[in-house]
Amino acid sequence: MTEMQYSGAKFRQYTIRTALYVSLIVGMLIFLLPIFVVVNTSIKDPATINLATTWHLPQQIYWQSYAEAIEEFGPRIWNSVTLVTNATLLSAIIGSLNGYVLSKWRISGERVLFPLILLGMFIPYQGILIPLFEFMRDMQLYGGIPGLIIIHTIYGLPITTLIFRNFYIEIPDEMLEAAAIDGAGFWDIYTQIVFPLSVSGFVVVIIWQFTQIWNEFLFAVTMTTGASEPITVGLAHLAGGEAVKWNLPMAGAVVAALPPIIVYMILSRYFIQGLLAGSIKA
Amino acid sequence: MLMPTFILLGIFVYYFLGKTIYFSTTDWGENPAQPALSETVIRTHVGFQNYENLMTDIIQAMFRNSLVNTFFFFVFFVIGSIAVGLLLTIILDQNIVGETFFRTIFLSPMALSFVVTGTIWRWLLQPDGGLNYLPTIFGFEPFRFNWLNSHEIWFQFAWGDVPQYLTFTGFAILAFLAVRHALRQDWYSAGFMSALAIIVVLIFAAGIWDRIWLPLDLPEAEMSMAPKGFNAALVGIIIAAIWQMSGYMMAIFTAGLRGIPEDLREAAQVDGCGKIKVYTHIILPQLRPFVVSTIIILGHTSLKIFDLVFAMSGPDNARTVVPGILVYTKGFRQNSFAQASAIATIVLLLVVIIIVPYLYMQLRSHD
Repeated sequence: MTEMQYSGAKFRQYTIRTALYVSLIVGMLIFLLPIFVVVNTSIKDPATINLATTWHLPQQIYWQSYAEAIEEFGPRIWNSVTLVTNATLLSAIIGSLNGYVLSKWRISGERVLFPLILLGMFIPYQGILIPLFEFMRDMQLYGGIPGLIIIHTIYGLPITTLIFRNFYIEIPDEMLEAAAIDGAGFWDIYTQIVFPLSVSGFVVVIIWQFTQIWNEFLFAVTMTTGASEPITVGLAHLAGGEAVKWNLPMAGAVVAALPPIIVYMILSRYFIQGLLAGSIKA
Repeated sequence: MLMPTFILLGIFVYYFLGKTIYFSTTDWGENPAQPALSETVIRTHVGFQNYENLMTDIIQAMFRNSLVNTFFFFVFFVIGSIAVGLLLTIILDQNIVGETFFRTIFLSPMALSFVVTGTIWRWLLQPDGGLNYLPTIFGFEPFRFNWLNSHEIWFQFAWGDVPQYLTFTGFAILAFLAVRHALRQDWYSAGFMSALAIIVVLIFAAGIWDRIWLPLDLPEAEMSMAPKGFNAALVGIIIAAIWQMSGYMMAIFTAGLRGIPEDLREAAQVDGCGKIKVYTHIILPQLRPFVVSTIIILGHTSLKIFDLVFAMSGPDNARTVVPGILVYTKGFRQNSFAQASAIATIVLLLVVIIIVPYLYMQLRSHD
């Protein structure tokens, strides 16, 4: 009797676990459906693309759409690269210095300053868009990538400052005090102790900023024009309009998604750290 | 050293916010004698005129529809993302082989741009293909839902009744809290909540709403031209948003789950709690603060959503219009900068209402 009960429990356990894995795999397939469709459509010969056969595999793989999409993007790919490299590095370096100051130096009014900096992370950018447009125009920075670099650097500062501050709090104060006794100043401590210890902090911040800026659309569509647009705006043009050839937007979507997806796949641990930094109590 | 950052953010965040609010009280872009894009434009102060127009003028019905759309988007987006996120968290909490792999897959849409997500889903939601034709692989009939092109409107209501609904909701919440405190014999809080509930009803009865909630100029025309309700065309956009964000919710809940001490679970199991009871009695209550965080994050996303709608149904679609889109079309297409600023200010106000108490709570618990 007891043996039967035992095997009954075991059987139940087994069924539950099977059900769990089945539901996980089904869930994963549902999550991957859009990815399948975008890749599938992008490698079909445009002549064979039609709505009713969305789910059919291509008869022959057709790479030409990628070449065409890249040609349509033209300078926009390079614009995004320039934008992301500059804005990411600038906001990371300044954020690192801010974090160092906030975590290791006593500043008057810190209890007010820090929340005020943080609040900058939470404002909806529609709220500053129109004055920003006017300002950029008056500064002769409207319409191009340099202006966008400045914008992304500045609005990136709250999050980069927050991540570095929380990162540097972990460095024991004794280490810096010992250096200070040896006569090291503000900059010496930063360059010789803090900076070398912040590699993984930089990885988190750089990945975060890279993904955010590469994917950003609101500033991109309002602050740049024509050949100075970044890739997200290019994709919106490619996909906009009524009579679209679907192979082009799909190939364009893959091209635009590839850099952040590759970074995510390789370094997802650091990506998650950045993601959680803004959302959970530090 | 901190000074440059502080000055920059002072200008680019706080000064600009102030300027947006100021612009919203001017006639910038409304006065034909003053070209909006001229560098020497003269802006005349007009008080709350832009706000009044937004709330009453038939031409601005699109704005009121955008508020209604945001409301329904928020409700279903929050419920959907949290439900999917929690479900994934709990399933992946069962010592799953390949847990990291599954997590990586479920979180991957977060690495995509909303424009990419929108482009993909627009194709998936074409009425004569995509998702609707998924059943045909298995030999079934295709679905017949028009998704982004749908013209159906569910839960229709009249704009003029909104104060009534708000009053009723406020009263219901406060009365519920009062009863809960009373059951715990916390008479002080119960009395406080009851008083608030009565005040809410009195505000309605005294007609104070009528002064804030200006009546529409042409209520009948609005009912037929721009009916209010849950536009079915939003469903596809909500699904795409849930697809993108639920992995993020999973990441937050998982971080919360890892913070629950293992002894707590073991103690519950020793006390005879079954697997399901451990979740309902121990884990879900412990996750409550994280659920609050996610509601704030998702609420914030719903209020400012722009790129996803832009990519899925375009900037000029009246059925899926949201305030974020209107700031763009009014400001950067039509150069009605004052109107756009007024809309931006209203969005800002709504964000402040949810963000400030949250930040206050966070910083207080931090100390």
